[in-house]
Amino acid sequence: MQPQILSKITYFLPETVLIITLIVCILADVILKKKSLVVSGLAIAGLLVSGYFVYLQYGMEASLFKRMIVIDPYASFFKFLFILSTIFVLLFAVSSKEFRDAEHKNEHTYLFLSLALGAFLMASSVNMLMMYLSLELVSLTSYVLAGYTKKEKRSSEAAMKYIIYGAASSGIMIYAMSLLYGYTGTMNIYETARILTATGTVSSPMIIIVLIMITAGFGYKISSVPFHFWTPDVYEGSPIPVTAFLAVTSSAAGFSVMIRFFATTFLKSSAFVAGSWQIIDGIKWTEIIIVLSVASMIIGNFVAVWQTSMKRLLAYSSIAQSGYIMLGLVVANQAGLTAMFIYLVAYLFMNLGAFYATMMIANRLNSDNIEDMKGLGYRSPFVSISMVVFMFALSGIPSTAGFIGKFYIFSALIEKQMLWLAFIGLANSVVSLFFYVKVVKYMFLMKPDEGYDSKVQYGYGGYVMLMLFAVPTIFFGLYFVPLVKFAEASASFFGLR
Amino acid sequence: MEIGLHHYLIVSAILFGLGLFALISRRNAILILMGIELILNAANINLVAFSHFGGLGVDGQLITIFVIILAVAEAAIALAIVLNLYNHFSTVNVDEANTMKD
Repeated sequence: MQPQILSKITYFLPETVLIITLIVCILADVILKKKSLVVSGLAIAGLLVSGYFVYLQYGMEASLFKRMIVIDPYASFFKFLFILSTIFVLLFAVSSKEFRDAEHKNEHTYLFLSLALGAFLMASSVNMLMMYLSLELVSLTSYVLAGYTKKEKRSSEAAMKYIIYGAASSGIMIYAMSLLYGYTGTMNIYETARILTATGTVSSPMIIIVLIMITAGFGYKISSVPFHFWTPDVYEGSPIPVTAFLAVTSSAAGFSVMIRFFATTFLKSSAFVAGSWQIIDGIKWTEIIIVLSVASMIIGNFVAVWQTSMKRLLAYSSIAQSGYIMLGLVVANQAGLTAMFIYLVAYLFMNLGAFYATMMIANRLNSDNIEDMKGLGYRSPFVSISMVVFMFALSGIPSTAGFIGKFYIFSALIEKQMLWLAFIGLANSVVSLFFYVKVVKYMFLMKPDEGYDSKVQYGYGGYVMLMLFAVPTIFFGLYFVPLVKFAEASASFFGLR
Repeated sequence: MEIGLHHYLIVSAILFGLGLFALISRRNAILILMGIELILNAANINLVAFSHFGGLGVDGQLITIFVIILAVAEAAIALAIVLNLYNHFSTVNVDEANTMKD
């Protein structure tokens, strides 16, 4: 037993590197005190090393620690995504005014790292206990991060709301998992699939209840309606880098575990060999996802129209975006999975970019109110033009990465003859255009108020960061073949070809 | 009367229901957190009962230990957050500590 574990320990190198980096960062913080750039640099270096090890094991398949976690292209794809977004958010944090004013100078660095570690484990776990533990690792870290600026009233309120919703939904999820454990006698999702397949048509009403309750746990992580109530308040109250991290990394981690759970547990075990997704008779999980997805798109987009705060607008926009991504899961085949991957990459760049531009503006104007951005197009053209790129990308205008993501999701739906769902998605994109363009309208079509029309200057670092997000957003919109190839190669589960 | 699996499941279902009820009806942050603990303990009872009566060895008990540890970690963080909330709002009522609204 032990040699088996030891021989495969090399597969665990990316996570090990992250843990070592985390410890080194804590020590460096204690020794150096107040030199926040060194600690952030160490963290980014550790992430890059970890990313190199992920690159080395890309395409491999293995199961570790008595089938607790697996290594497969699917997990590797998400690990790349997490590394990229964590590096970006660490760079974010360097220029964040809220973090500079906070009591603790460097603590966010290792909190981000531990969140990334939890996300790594979420993407690769195939055991329900492991899924629950890694989900909680991500959640516990994000509760602390949401309340990071302790002196801010809003931040403490955000943390309180987050922990109540988070703990409740993950508690409901573990209760449902305990029922499923009683039904099948195992926590491993492959074993669960085998046992459920053997029963033939599953008609137990308990399974439906279990399904809904487990969806509550995942649904809160990806902030889908009706588990979204925490999203606007937490996004508004937390410091902007934390908000960006929650919107991108934490929700991508939620997707990684949710897709794997549904695409393994409730598929016929013969499908693992055949490579096609055959759902076990009687378990209609796609219908639950359809309801969540449509509700998320409609509520997210329509409520966003009334928002006056940029952070709240982005919160509702990310609720709607998670609705679009879930459409890819509804399709339940390889094309849908590939489309979700493409969308997630596009989402990373455009959403982080939107948050970065918001942070730059909020740092200078001391407000994230959309009305205060009046005439900003004349006062700081570069930031405003980048913001326009991100807004257009989020609404899915052609020649941006957001369009490619939506295009692949909708074409996967149409291929599966789900025209009406594709239509709802398209109609929602049109509605979303309304509030994304509202931001553009305030920036470019309105004159700044008297006395507030001076130029706003930013450091060069900020411009470089904006380019880091804006260039890929447009680049992947025009030249998306490598991205699609990468997504297609990654859309493969352990034992599923 | 022999105590069987069903008795444990009924107790855990009642605990789960009470926990959910506490979540919905209580406005005091501490009491809401207690409701969450009830839900987690309901899951624990389920796991141990299934493991014992289903002849699954000690799997369920092991999982329960993990869940208990997590509940403790969560309670520690939650209480720190409640304390911080109290410092700002001088109340632990979640309805009163509500400045952000649509």
